[in-house]
Amino acid sequence: MKYIKEFRDGKLAQKLALAIRQEADPGRRYHLMEFCGGHTHAIFRYGVQDLVPQNVEYVHGPGCPVCVLPVRRLDDAVELALKTNVILTTYGDMMRVPGTKQKSLIRAKAEGADIRMVYSTQDALRIARENPQRQVVFFAIGFETTTPPTAVAILQAKAEGLKNFSVFCNHVLTPPAIAHIVNAPAEPGEAPVKIDGFLGPSHVSSVIGCTPYEPAARDFRKPVVIAGFEPLDVMQSTLMLIRQINEGRHEVENQYTRVVTREGNRKAQKLVDEVLELRRTFEWRGLGYVADSALKIRETFAAFDAEERFALSPKESREVKSCECPAILRGVKKPTECKLFGTVCTPDNPMGACMVSSEGACAAYWSYGRNREAVAAAKGAAA
Amino acid sequence: MCLAIPARVVSIDKDDMATVALEGIRKPVSTALLEEVAVGDYVLVHVGYALHKLSEEEAERTLQLMAEAGVLAEELEDMAGEPAAGAGA
Repeated sequence: MKYIKEFRDGKLAQKLALAIRQEADPGRRYHLMEFCGGHTHAIFRYGVQDLVPQNVEYVHGPGCPVCVLPVRRLDDAVELALKTNVILTTYGDMMRVPGTKQKSLIRAKAEGADIRMVYSTQDALRIARENPQRQVVFFAIGFETTTPPTAVAILQAKAEGLKNFSVFCNHVLTPPAIAHIVNAPAEPGEAPVKIDGFLGPSHVSSVIGCTPYEPAARDFRKPVVIAGFEPLDVMQSTLMLIRQINEGRHEVENQYTRVVTREGNRKAQKLVDEVLELRRTFEWRGLGYVADSALKIRETFAAFDAEERFALSPKESREVKSCECPAILRGVKKPTECKLFGTVCTPDNPMGACMVSSEGACAAYWSYGRNREAVAAAKGAAA
Repeated sequence: MCLAIPARVVSIDKDDMATVALEGIRKPVSTALLEEVAVGDYVLVHVGYALHKLSEEEAERTLQLMAEAGVLAEELEDMAGEPAAGAGA
């Protein structure tokens, strides 16, 4: 597969690993937060952590849209599906995420709600066209990568005069989350997260470009290297970050130049701006309320806003007790430090979003890393 | 969620749609987010939309930079005459 296979080459990975070992200063520790779940999975799936020296540590970030969606918004979607006669359309990732009292969309579907998985907003529009007598709601989640397709769907619905289509908008923004992670005070009883630099979002950046990260890099003196999702991309970006840290620089650099340009996708940005505007504040699982960190539908498109069309009741939403998802999303805990991990919480029976999503840190540890420490200990004992 | 796959455009269809091919699979995708697109272009496909075109030139350049870092690392190791500290540990 062109543009994939060559960026997974094992020999080149060994050479990059050698370069990283030579340039990493053994006298210091490098805490590198990979923002995206896509990076976390590349690191685990290809064993990148074992190719870099022990003083280079990957800290897993909150870049998993399913994971950061607060339970309240999921409960809203469940209520919408169960208590109204709508067809709720959603990306498959959301189906199994447990809400309050472990009520997920898939359970709501089993109880009779009309919930349909879609691959694309185009499928949601098609369902609306085919069911003119029913209201069809698209449960929109995701970062800047996934936002433009939502904007296109709303514009298309307006152009076609579709009266039965609306969007429950939960789109969030990455640069405010990065700033929040380095800037927010630690939770009571928690040590502050240590971060020396960021592996910056890949496909998000293909849309927004490189400049939105510049204020955070400058103000918090943390280097950002926009990194592709293939293992060699992660390794080259690690090397670029180590160089910046060694030289005391804190710039935004772009490793993923085959896809990301400095200005990003202007057309996509324009379409998003036409339909959506900043929310003053939005709740993230793990991070709490973050100012200017999400998007809502503009007044001129209010007819397509599910929050305007349907009255949702205020609710007492609650996470599963002792699920460490919030601390894991802040980078202060690892999945293996959660007492539910691998015991009651597994991909077959997930207690938290980080185990459900294919981008979640717990899913990555479960799939590729749950025996890593035991294997390392056994090797150590044998040596 | 943010995962996207590079695929080759095999036909431009009507209403801002195109067909892409990946390892024998053909799929319709929306090209509403691209300024321009032509048959033969590689595009990044995400939730049924072509998000961005891939630059072949930049892909080559990135691989070149990786190879150069690797060559330099090997030369440094040869000069040191023994495996670099930490290697194989």
